[in-house]
Parts: sequence; structure tokens; C-alpha cells
Amino acid sequence: MTQQNSSSRLQSQIDRNLKRAYDDVLNEDVPDRFHELLARLRNSDGSGEPARGAEEPRADE
Amino acid sequence: MSDAPETRDPRDEIVEHLGAMRAFAISLTRNGSLADDMVQDALVKAWTNMDKFQRGTNMRAWLFTILRNTFYSHYRRRRREVEDVDNVMADSLAQKPDHDGRLQMNDFNAAFDKLNEEQREALILVGAGGFSYEEAAATCGVAVGTVKSRVNRARARLAELMQLNEGEALEATDQVTRGIVASNPSAA
Repeated sequence: MTQQNSSSRLQSQIDRNLKRAYDDVLNEDVPDRFHELLARLRNSDGSGEPARGAEEPRADE
Repeated sequence: MSDAPETRDPRDEIVEHLGAMRAFAISLTRNGSLADDMVQDALVKAWTNMDKFQRGTNMRAWLFTILRNTFYSHYRRRRREVEDVDNVMADSLAQKPDHDGRLQMNDFNAAFDKLNEEQREALILVGAGGFSYEEAAATCGVAVGTVKSRVNRARARLAELMQLNEGEALEATDQVTRGIVASNPSAA
């Protein structure tokens, strides 16, 4: 009986820690580099050359 | 539901999944800077392959599929080359004020690191990412039963590893208990 309690306590501890490990990152502010990347990808689309801009820093950076 | 999903450019939706992509990437690489490099690669792939995304389906699952393909084709090897994975993880995930919670979290992270990649991704998708077993199976390209057994094995292994840590504390308690019982035979 004690075994069972300790094992279900451990499982709920695992659940909490899993969620916490994931949510801690999920709730962090997303670094600017990703918003900048999406903006570059969008801009490069206009020129008809998808993804090229992803590797090339823009002149104003 | 979000507004008019059929007419909206699906690329506009990517930004809503950035946090989740980083969280999933870290659970695979166990390293913050590798994870962010991997998310960057996956974003470029997703953007340029958006014509292959089926509108009305689960974009997060689609992005996660691209992420894990990126991981298995490029980053798994790099992860093994990184020496200070544990330190990075301890630094990035242990900064919480509550002492007990932090100790627990360190134990958990150490145990989570010992799982293999298949177990880690199955467990994170189902246990934290809110994926159903079916969604996780589609994302990982395996049968539903395979995801279930990976999740179960991962849970059992984590419990085993975390129990080892708890073991020392429990043993100390047992000795005290035995001492009390020994000195007071009527209690036995």
C-alpha cells in the first residue's frame, strides 16, 4: 500500500516537472532573432526568391 | 476558432508556435543554444515548404515534425558533441526561487537527460505539449501503440531514476523508524 502511494506520488511529481520544464521555455519571451528571421523570410518572398534572405543579413542590421 | 482559417496565410500563424517550438527543441537537444539554432533551421524549412502544409490541419504538429526531422538529420550528432549539456540545462531551468522545487527540478532534469530521444519526445509531446497519442504518433511517424509504450517506458525509467535519489532520504527515515521500534517493543 505504501509502495503504491509512493509510486503515484512519484508519477504526479513527474507530471509536474514535465509540464514545468516545457512551460518555463514556452512562457519565456521569444528571442528577437526569430521575429527578425520571419520578417526577412517575408521580405525575401516579395522578390520571388524564397529563403535566400534567411542567410543574408539585411543592410540595415 | 481563429478568424477565417481558410483565407488566412498559414505563414502568419507560425509566430504563434515559436514558444512551443523552442520548448520542444530543448527537450530534444537539452541545450538552449543548439535548440535555438535548430528552431531557426526549422523555421526556414517550414516557410519555404508552406505549400506542402494542408490548411485546416494542426500546424503545431506539422512544425514539430519538421523540428524533429531537423534534429534527427543534423542535431543529434551535434548534441553528443556538446560537453556541457547538463550545466546549460541546470542554468536555464533551475532558476526558481523555491528551494524544494528547484532540487526536485534538478533531479528531474538529470533523470530526463538519461532517457533516449524517442522516449523524451514521446513523453514531452503527450505529457506536456498536450498532444493526443494519435497526434504524437503522426508527428513521430510511428504507430499509436509505439508512442504509448515509449511514454510508459519513459515514465517507468524516470520513476526508477528519481527513486534512486529519494532512496537515500527514505533509508535515513527507515533507520530512525527502526530505532524507535527497537527501543519500544510494544509498538511493533
